[in-house]
Formats: sequence, structure tokens, C-alpha cells
Amino acid sequence: SYLFIYLFYYITTKATQFFNSGHTNNWAVLVCTSRFWFNYRHVANVLSVYRSVKRLGIPDSHIVLMLADDMACNHRNPKPATVFSHKNMELNVYGDDVEVDYRGYEVTVENFLRVLTGRLPPSTPRSKRLLSDDRSNILIYLTGHGGNGFLKFQDSEEISNVELADAFEQMWQKRRYNELLFIIDTCQGASMYERFYSPNIMALASSQVGEDSLSHQPDLAIGVHLMDRYTFYLLEFLEDIHPASQANMNDLFKVCPKSQCVSTPGHRTDLFLRDPRSVLITDFFGSVRKVEITREAVNLTSAAEQPVEATKEPKSEPLSYVDQLPVAEIIHQKPKQKDWHPPDGFILGLWTLILLVFFKTYGIKHLKHIF
Amino acid sequence: RSEHITPILAHHLLFIVLMGMPVEWLVKTMQARGLEVFTQSFTRTLPFPDENKERYMVRGTNIYGILRAPRAPRTEALVLSAPCSPDNSNNQAVGLLLGLAQYFRSQIYWAKDIIFLVNEHDLIGMQAWLEGYHHTNITGMDYTPLQGRAGSIQAALSLELSSDVITSLDLVLEGLNGQLPNLDLANLFHAFCQKIGVLCTIQGKLQRGDWDTAEGYTHAVQTMMLMVLKQASGRPWGDHGLFLRYHIEAASVRGINSFRQYKTDATTIGRLLEGMFRKLNNLLERLHQSYFFYLMPSLTHFVSIGYYMPAFGLLATILLLRALDLWVQLGTPAQVTEDGAGEVEPVSINNQGVLSVLTPVVISHLTGVALYTLPVLSQETAVEHFPVSETEAVVLTAIAIYTAGLALPHNTHRFISGEGTEQGWRVLKLVALLYLAVLLGCTALINFSLGFILAITLVPAAACVTPHMPKALTALAMVLLSPGCTLLYCVFIFQELQEAPVTLPEGWMLFLSVISQGILDHSLYGSLVYPLLALLIYPCWLLLWNILFWK
Repeated sequence: SYLFIYLFYYITTKATQFFNSGHTNNWAVLVCTSRFWFNYRHVANVLSVYRSVKRLGIPDSHIVLMLADDMACNHRNPKPATVFSHKNMELNVYGDDVEVDYRGYEVTVENFLRVLTGRLPPSTPRSKRLLSDDRSNILIYLTGHGGNGFLKFQDSEEISNVELADAFEQMWQKRRYNELLFIIDTCQGASMYERFYSPNIMALASSQVGEDSLSHQPDLAIGVHLMDRYTFYLLEFLEDIHPASQANMNDLFKVCPKSQCVSTPGHRTDLFLRDPRSVLITDFFGSVRKVEITREAVNLTSAAEQPVEATKEPKSEPLSYVDQLPVAEIIHQKPKQKDWHPPDGFILGLWTLILLVFFKTYGIKHLKHIF
Repeated sequence: RSEHITPILAHHLLFIVLMGMPVEWLVKTMQARGLEVFTQSFTRTLPFPDENKERYMVRGTNIYGILRAPRAPRTEALVLSAPCSPDNSNNQAVGLLLGLAQYFRSQIYWAKDIIFLVNEHDLIGMQAWLEGYHHTNITGMDYTPLQGRAGSIQAALSLELSSDVITSLDLVLEGLNGQLPNLDLANLFHAFCQKIGVLCTIQGKLQRGDWDTAEGYTHAVQTMMLMVLKQASGRPWGDHGLFLRYHIEAASVRGINSFRQYKTDATTIGRLLEGMFRKLNNLLERLHQSYFFYLMPSLTHFVSIGYYMPAFGLLATILLLRALDLWVQLGTPAQVTEDGAGEVEPVSINNQGVLSVLTPVVISHLTGVALYTLPVLSQETAVEHFPVSETEAVVLTAIAIYTAGLALPHNTHRFISGEGTEQGWRVLKLVALLYLAVLLGCTALINFSLGFILAITLVPAAACVTPHMPKALTALAMVLLSPGCTLLYCVFIFQELQEAPVTLPEGWMLFLSVISQGILDHSLYGSLVYPLLALLIYPCWLLLWNILFWK
């Protein structure tokens, strides 16, 4: 009987864990923001993540791929129609079935924000829309050239971390995501997730503020750097993930330590409700359908007895839309750290004291020397 | 990759032992390499025979082949040129050019068209080609229009190789009117020399490692002074010099074969050039990120304009301060015993002062115009009356007019109605100082070295000269500081720095040839040094000379 109790307990914990993530579909928004031949590695970065995400099950209809320049057919590419991520041309990440949704000059800050918030003109085709709902887990991957608090798009404009945080808050208020994983591989990438304030966002960056993200290796035949270090090791990590893998986010945080990346990767989990240890990689990178196999019949008729009990409950006061959702009760945000100033009265008192001492010592008649 | 270049190069280098410019052979060879080949013929009659290069009526053909980029639109181009001289001294460069053309043809990563140009009569042919390519006619050259074109040229390299093995590669940057290419081009050359392991030099001098010692510092200063002198001369020191006028970054690479043990063969040079061209191919914009105004004490160090311009600024300030001093002196009239007389006089003195100033100014400038136009115009009459060649006639006429200007002050005063006054020379000096300051400032902006060298000699003369100094001594000092003598010193210093010092008679002959080259550069390529010196600097110096002899 002890065995029976133990098994029962085990099954229920597995069941609770099974229904823990609460998402029913997966989306991915993968953006490369830089153009020009020498930014080959950014396109290769995005295509490697695209490749992993597609391999793990997210279909093209749920991936919004934005590439700011065409490297495969660039005139300077000695191997046309290929984009390699490993030197000696081991891995061509631009295969036969790459579907680019936003290409070239369409990759702008405005288009990116419109994709995230869903405010697109009615004529936009489905492949260019992020049609997520409140049960979607979204992976957002950005790469390019960045700085402290901004990411450069196409050498002519920038998106700031405040804009990005506001876009995510818009997404939250319109219930466009269940959980969001934000990965950024740029110089000083950690500055981009500093300003997030919406719940259920987990963020990873390839370098801290003040550090540069470095590129991995050049290929001597092609003549450019092929990948950035963080994404290179991320790709290596993801190649070991398969749809049934139980690897969790803590493993992802360990990708590319300082010895390999030279920069210090960072992550942010305070806005995320679940424990990162219980978040599977495939919750974001794959499209894993949850299947429950049951050998017992499910009784549907017993639900008829419940309305008798429901009428005995006291009437509760009407709740606003936002308050009905459980998250609004649970969310605790740390109060914003304000810089400490000495109280205003103290400064006023100090100046009064100084003036009094001055006039006491020198007398009022000396005022005429000042004016 | 290098294994492919060797047999191609050997094949070509064997073939180029022909006399003159083998036009048909070059056209056939380039076409066989898959280039689009076109020719351009040009003629030019020099104003007087050029004794250095022994040419007077020049007639030639330029041949160029265009390698079209396989996948790119024909909007941008790179140029690789090798001058073909009648005495076959640059045949190795032409062979290397053809070898590179064949190798480049088989690659698919070119995003710009590459023009392989073989020009005849070095600078004259290059000028004809550039004028034809850009549809301009600045220098009065007669040329056939170009049939084939490749888009706007982004960068150009000119190759000079006289032997098939070299010990070092020399980089030449100075162009027409002292213009320099972007420093990134020099850095690119140096980076590839380091990578491939070829010895590279600038101004023909090898870089020393010891910067801290006195010898190392002197060596660097000598290299920099060579660059200053070459830039001041305003002549293009390689075929690349004419590209700079069209905002095309260009440099010349010259192979030097000296008595060192370690020799580099043409294959390595080919790899170096291939690397440079591939880098230039990957460029998306014209070179503009680095400095355009710099001086290089060595290939790894440079002095930017922010460092050297204040030195010139201080010299110009001397002139301005002196002018301010004179202005104040002119403004406060001399203290007279009667106040009434003191107030009336300045008015009339100023009027008379302006008139008496105008005459020397006009006469000095007329002398300058004579110095600019007469030497070339009067060469025929000079040749009839004196047993000299045309070139000598031109140069000697120029020197004669220059020295005749020294006699002017005695004659000018005959034209002035009244006597020169104390105020008069001050007004003249004020005008001369301001004129000189503006002139030197403008020159230094365009060609810093020329402005600086002129400033070093003219500013002391201009600041100090007054009629009250001992005449003979000051006259000697003024002559020694005049532009002509400055040119003479520069010739001697240049030879000294090149480690080929000359004796006085040789130096004098060199000086004469420099003058003739200056006049020829002006009429052939539009160099501005000779007109500047003759029309503007020399009259200014004459004004100062007038002040010295003011009565």
C-alpha cells in the first residue's frame, strides 16, 4: 500500500509538472539587423537559430524571419547560395527551405515593433504577422550591432531598450504571449533587457554592459567571420536538444562561459513566474505537443451536480478585466531603486546657516561690496 | 592559389622583351584572357622639349582591358595600371598585370569591375586616359574618346617593377599638388606586407625599430622631411598622382632590387596585390574613414593635420601680429606740437599713402605675370639670338626676369609724383603682410608642405624688413630668403636626404631642371606650384624688396 501511495504521489506531481507551462503553441521572431558583407556573421547567427527552431518542430508559418541583407547571393560571396556557420564550410545554414519573411530594407524598427504588437495594415500577408495568443510561448532572437541601451538597425536607425520594454508591455496587455524568451547577441547586450517590466519574460544576453561580444572564427576562403561566439556555442548546445529532451533553462544559462566567450553572458529571470529549473528548452525552442495517454474513462456526467453548490456561494463583487486574471494578484515587482538625495529641508537649513554665519562675522554693511 | 599564378607569370614574363609598345600583342593577349579590350591614342606637344625624359612631341596609345564582375552591376570599378615605357624598364610590371588578369578572371567573388591599364609615356598617357574616362579636358590634350567604360572608379594601384625579383616594395603616396590618398590605403599596403612577409618601405627608407634613440628619431625626421619636400614640389611622384584629382584613392607600388640576400619573386608580389584587390573589392563605400592630410615618418607612424597645422598657425600669427602693430602705429598719428595740424595731416597722408602703395603693387604683379608668361613665349627669340637649347632658354629667361625684378625699386620711384613718406612704407608693409598671410594660409590648406616651406623663409623676411635697416646686409638676407633661393636649398636638402649629395655645379644643373619640370608640370597636368610662385609669391616678395629700398 505504501507503494500505491508513492505511485499516486508520483503521478500527480508528474501531472502538475506536465501542465505547468500552460502554453499551447510556439512562435519565434528571429531578427538580423545589420547589412553589408562584413556582417555576414549576423545573418549566419540568425540562420543557425532558425535551423534549430525548425528542426525542433516550429513550422515556418509560426516563424517570423527578418534578414537585413542577402549574404547568400551577395556578389562578394565566393560560394553563392550558401551561408556557412562553421569554417571549412562544414555546415550550410542556408539550405533549400529557408523562408525569409522580412528581407533587406523591410527590416526596420517600425516593422519590427509592428510585428510584435500586431498593429499591421490589413494588407499584410499571414507570413509577416505574429498571430500569437495568450497561450503562445514566443522566442525572440536579436542580433546585430548594439551599444549601451540600443540596437542598431540597418546602419541608419536604432531601437532603444525602453522602446522594446514598452513593446513587450503592449504585448502583455493585449495578451499576445504566455511566456517570452528574449535572447540577444550584440555588444553590451545586457543593457537591452534592463528595462523590461512586463511579467513572464526571461532574457539572455551574450555580454554585459561595457563588454563587446566577439566573433568566433574567420573562414579564409570566404574572407569574413562566420559566426559570433555566443551563438556558435548556443548552436552547439541546441544541436544536442531533441523534441523529447528534458534539458532546462539552467543548462541554457551555462552556455558559453567566460572562458569560451570572452564576454560574460547574462540572464534575467526575476520577471518570470516559474522556476527556470522547471522550464524546458523545448518550451521555447520547439513546438512540443503535449499528449496525455489515459487508460481510464473520463466521467463527464458528474459535472451536473455542481451548479447546486455554485448557487450557495455568496455573490462576489464584480472584478475588472485585468483583476480576473490570476497573474495580477501574484505579481510582485521590486520597488524601483531611487538615487538617494539628502532631504530638501536639510539643504535649505544648511544654506541658511552659512548665510547667518557670514553676516554675523562680517556685518551687513559689507553687502555693498558684493552688489 | 599561389600554385596557379606561377606558371601564368612565367609564361608572360618571357614574352615581354619587345621594343616599344607592342599594341597588337597586348590587345590580343588581353582578349585571350577574357577581358574587354579597348585602346586610346593621344598626342601632345610640350611647350618646350623635356630634357629629362627626352620628348617634345608625344604620340602614344593606352591599352586597357576590363574584367567584368560576374554577378554585379557595372557601377563601380578598380584600376590596376602599369606604365609601359619605351626603354622596357617596366616590362615585369606589365607581365605581372597580365598574369593577375588571368587569375582574377577565374574568380567569382568580384563585386566591382577591374580595369587593367597599360599606359604609354607614363604621366601624359595617364592624364589622357583619365581625361577621356571622365569626359574632361583640363590640359589641352588631344585624345580619342574611350570606347569602353566600367563605372565610377573606387581605387587605383599603379605598379612599377623593373626586375623579376625584388628585395623590397616601396610605396609612393604623393600626388599632384601635394594631394595624398586616404591613409587607409597606406595601412592596407603595410598590413599585407606584414602578412605576406615582404619588406616594405616608404621614401625608399627602411623603418628602424628604435624610436627612443637619437638615431632612430633622426631617421624618422629625415623620412618625414623627404615626404614634405616631395609634397611641396606639387608634382605627381607616380602614375597614381593624377587619379587623386578625381577623388579616386590611388597609390604607386614600386619594386626595388637592391643588394640584399633575401629576394621576393613575382608570385609573392602577385599574392600581395591580389589580397589588396580583394580587400578593395569588399569595400562598400569610397575610402573616407581615415585621414587625408598627414605626414609619415615611417609606414607605421603618421602625423595628422591636427598636430602639424598649429606649427604653421604660429608662423602666420607672427605676420598678423606685425600687421596689427603697424595698424596701431598708423592709427595713432604722430604727436605734433599743434593739435590742429595734427588732425588735418593724417587724412591727406592716407590718401597719398594709398596711391603710393598702389604703384609698387601693380608693378610687382606685372613682373610676376612677366615671369609666368615670358619664358615660354620668348623661347624662340632667345634661341635665335643665343646659342642655347629651348629648355635652357626658358629656364634662363625665367631666372633673368627674376633677377631683373631686383632692380625694380630704383625704377618704381620715378613713377611716383611725390616722395615716399614714412606712412607710405608702413601702409605698403601692412598690405604686404596681410597679403602674404592670406596667401600662405590658403597654400597651407591645400598643400601644407609648400605653405610651410615658404612660410619658414618668408615670414622672418616680411616681419623684420623696414627701410631703416642697413641696406646691403638686409638686401643679401632678403635675396637668400627669396622663393628662388628657397627652391635651391630644397634641391640640395633633397639630394642630401636621398643619400646622394651633389656638388654645387651639379646642384645648379638640378635646380635648372627643377624649374623646367615645374613649368612643364603646370602646362601638362595642371600643377599649381609654378603659377603660385610666379604670380603670387614672387610679387609679394617684390613688395617686401620695395619696402627695403623705400625712400
